[in-house]
Amino acid sequence: MSEIPAELRYAASHEWARDEADGTITVGITDHAQDALGDLVFVEVPEVGRQVAANEACAVVESVKAASDIYSPAAGEVIAVNESLADAPETINESPYDGGWIFKLKLADPDALGSLLDATGYEQAIADED
Amino acid sequence: MGLKTPLFEAHQRLGARIVPFAGWDMPVHYGSQVKEHEAVRKAAGMFDVSHMRPVDIAGVDATDYLQRLLANDVGRLTTPGKALYSCMLNPAGGVIDDLIVYHRGSLGYRLVVNAATADKDIAWMRAQAEGFTVGIDRRDDLGMIAVQGPAARSRTTALLPEGLQGSVGALKPFFAAEAGDWLVGRTGYTGEDGLEIMLPGAQATALWQGLLDAGVAPCGLGARDTLRLEAGMNLYGQDMDETTSPLTSGLGWTIAWEPAERGFIGREPLEQQRNDPSLPGQIGLLLIGRGVLRAHQPVLIGNEPAGEVTSGGFAPTLGRSIALARVRPRPGAGLDQACTVMIRDKPVAARIVKPPFVRHGQPLIELD
Repeated sequence: MSEIPAELRYAASHEWARDEADGTITVGITDHAQDALGDLVFVEVPEVGRQVAANEACAVVESVKAASDIYSPAAGEVIAVNESLADAPETINESPYDGGWIFKLKLADPDALGSLLDATGYEQAIADED
Repeated sequence: MGLKTPLFEAHQRLGARIVPFAGWDMPVHYGSQVKEHEAVRKAAGMFDVSHMRPVDIAGVDATDYLQRLLANDVGRLTTPGKALYSCMLNPAGGVIDDLIVYHRGSLGYRLVVNAATADKDIAWMRAQAEGFTVGIDRRDDLGMIAVQGPAARSRTTALLPEGLQGSVGALKPFFAAEAGDWLVGRTGYTGEDGLEIMLPGAQATALWQGLLDAGVAPCGLGARDTLRLEAGMNLYGQDMDETTSPLTSGLGWTIAWEPAERGFIGREPLEQQRNDPSLPGQIGLLLIGRGVLRAHQPVLIGNEPAGEVTSGGFAPTLGRSIALARVRPRPGAGLDQACTVMIRDKPVAARIVKPPFVRHGQPLIELD
């Protein structure tokens, strides 16, 4: 059973978003996603300053098995990226909700998180996948 | 629901992630593919390869039949127990499958073919048997475990039937010993020393458990793929198939051209290709820029489209991404060894290298 923290919001495409309560969010991939992908060996993060739309592919994680696009859970501007993933992509496997964060976004619409799933909704979404 | 090997429940008990593969439910990993890969490079790992299919060929015409069926020449197997890697070709010179054939002395031969192609292979083999006095016996009763790594043989020998321990201990590479329904070859698909053990399916779980107790790490299809790629070994369906020739797939060395009068299936088109200087060939690639090489990425040499990656991935032993690719024309010595691979529509620098990339735990290519 994978870990699904109650305080985060989720996209059905397996990204999580943490509301930093200042109009920004932190984005990563879920425990379920990293487990399904297997050992990660490469992460391509977006450029700081890039404007992304909701559901736009803006990062890539590659495991030993395959490449997988990461979609932005909301529209906004990329204000920070996790540079340490370049040398240690396995951090996402080890700590998907903490050290394995991928980018931070300044939200175009501060209320955008409302359209994402809560933990219960995401748990249901992955149960429906199986 | 796919077919299940005799070890399926053992995999479940170990918490394997099971995936469908060639009609079978197989373990892809037991937690970490990279750790399994490292176990094989540094000590010993084991793979359930019971989905692969042994096929026994016997009868007075067995040798003549296989000399017609296979592009490599079983006439080279002058010693009982010796094994040979070969392609089985269609009349156009395309690869129906790649396989290992073991010479079993008076018992004839045993072929081991790929799971995904087994039904097709055996139908083809039966169709080619007309006019030959041969028996073709598909061995669905056997299981198969590959134990690979520098410590593989030392951890395995004591678990074999007593009558095999001495002969397996004395095996030279690419030889096999057998007793009853056990056949043990010093062969593999990882670039390491090791054994491939065929045995009655009902005894597979006991051997698997014995190997676990001896400290042999269970490894899934994921690690099998990264290990074989580092070893520069082709994967059927990816690096070659019925539409490609062994000559364009890095398998020219497996074609026995001599004796010239041996008329194996597919020989004529290969003779023509052999003299074609524009024929594509297989190269190895080491990624210099960032990313991961994957099958079907376009390869450019001197900014000109030259071909594509056939197998690519991350090489845990090297900490880098490597690939096998098919390019035209085949780069020769003196050609610029730099090239470019298109990864998600962006050009990334790579270098042409000669496989294998890793053997016996050691890198064989320069990483700078």
